[in-house]
Amino acid sequence: MTSVLAGVAIAVTSGLLGWFVVLRRQVFAGDALGHVALPGALAAAVLGVDVRLGLLVATVGLGCLLALLGERARADDVTIGSTFALVLGAGVFLLARLAAESGRGGAPARRAEDGAAAARSLFGSIVGIGRADALVATAVAGGVAVAVVAIARPLLVASLDPDRAAARGVPVRLLGFVFLGLLGAAAGQAGQAVGALLALGLLVAPAAAAHLLTRRPFLGLTLSAAIAAVSTLAGLGISAVAAGVPGSAAVILCACLAYGAAALLGRLGRAPVSRSAGRRRPPSSRCSAGTPPGAGSGARRWSRPAGPRAR
Amino acid sequence: MLAELLAYPFMVNALLAGTAVAVTAPVLGWFVVLRRQSFVAHTLGVLAFPGAAGAVFIGLPAAVGYYAGAVTGAAVLARGPDTAGESARTGVVHAAALACGLLLARLYSGMLPQTTSLLFGSFLGISRAQVQLTALVGVLVLAVLAAVWRPLTLVSHDRALARSRGVPVTALDTLALGLVAMVVAAASGVTGALLVFALLVTPAATARCLTSRAVVGVPVAVAVAVTVTWGSLAAAFVTDTPPGGYLATASFVAYAAALVVGRVRR
Repeated sequence: MTSVLAGVAIAVTSGLLGWFVVLRRQVFAGDALGHVALPGALAAAVLGVDVRLGLLVATVGLGCLLALLGERARADDVTIGSTFALVLGAGVFLLARLAAESGRGGAPARRAEDGAAAARSLFGSIVGIGRADALVATAVAGGVAVAVVAIARPLLVASLDPDRAAARGVPVRLLGFVFLGLLGAAAGQAGQAVGALLALGLLVAPAAAAHLLTRRPFLGLTLSAAIAAVSTLAGLGISAVAAGVPGSAAVILCACLAYGAAALLGRLGRAPVSRSAGRRRPPSSRCSAGTPPGAGSGARRWSRPAGPRAR
Repeated sequence: MLAELLAYPFMVNALLAGTAVAVTAPVLGWFVVLRRQSFVAHTLGVLAFPGAAGAVFIGLPAAVGYYAGAVTGAAVLARGPDTAGESARTGVVHAAALACGLLLARLYSGMLPQTTSLLFGSFLGISRAQVQLTALVGVLVLAVLAAVWRPLTLVSHDRALARSRGVPVTALDTLALGLVAMVVAAASGVTGALLVFALLVTPAATARCLTSRAVVGVPVAVAVAVTVTWGSLAAAFVTDTPPGGYLATASFVAYAAALVVGRVRR
């Protein structure tokens, strides 16, 4: 029961943050932060520190690092890729080290056990979360969710039009920094629930579905959180009924199905919607870069003109 | 030391396959960096995982699955430049692929130790046939790249100009992704599905920190990748750990050094 509660809390947080991740096109950063949970957890295991702590330190740390490396606290995709290849590489070392340490006992069976442990940290298991862990996860997820809601409005303005936001005195760089830090915390939590590799799904799939269904920010945020929570419940239900289906995979597949359904709905409903809401957005495709300025108020405009290229 | 290394046939195979990948991947990586498709490339690499898991599940060799998974992914994702909706869709495909991979691996069961080698690479299990396949794919990819080099460069730099000149933009986009899929599948066997980056993107990014001219940059990228590959395979052999970790670390060090050098020169 507590694990279901934790799963839903984590899903809601991921849904909220994920909405901004998709809006700010930081999907790749979210992916990298999710993956970092693996070496974080492994490093904690090698050092003998609490695994949850290692996981959070690693994800929040990398979030801040990516914010530092990027211009205006948004990292470039090559930087993200190289950094996270490095981090996963470190994970491989730690994995081998752990295997070697427990392998000193001599039995190959223990090695297989380590493989299973590694697979668990990669792919997670919601059902396996203990009561105390679940309570901590719920608390952290709740804190992150409250923080996101608190900064939602300035973050929205800063994401949609950084120049205008900066001119109005919104601390764009600081917000980017805080956002990546929060994203790190959320990815760490999601990593605990569905695993380091699948955290991305919980962050992106419900949010992408919400973006397809509505462009109103606060409705979208709510919808994203709701889709994430419902997919988590449905996934857990499926894995409880069908033996052999891992819970994390079921959760992610449910979220991806929601995205597929939203894409279908969007395609079916596009013609009437664009007629009735024509004044709100230009009739061109939904994410054309370079929407003419003044095509909607700042908050309603979906796409930003492409920023200056880094190199 | 070297003689001892080369005395083992599996080590020779690993070195040959690694070299083939290290020569091919950075050349293509040059375009991946230019086109800012790192995330798509990573996703294609990840798609190799459910491909391999599925192939093993229905009783085919894992290598078939690598290629099938990556090429299917390229077909799904081949849609123009990376916009907000686009990268979200890539992310969804990515997550769905991993979830399917996990599901298949779990249904097959007993594959858990192999899961890590699928994801992080191994230098032990490379057969002579795999070396030949890797070399063949490498030659093929390089030949196609040489044939479309100029139009592909134009498309990657300026789509509008390319389109107005009558260059088949969409076809080239799809072709580029298909090539990435092939190389990623080939590299997965050496570096593992998650660390393909270390050979595909990082060496090319290293070279691009130093120069933006392809004539100089591509050979530099290949040199970096080959050096890194040989060094990591040797280190992996000596310390008995998967080579992926050394590969990722060494190429990151090269990238960071080039970044600093590039900053200083500018």
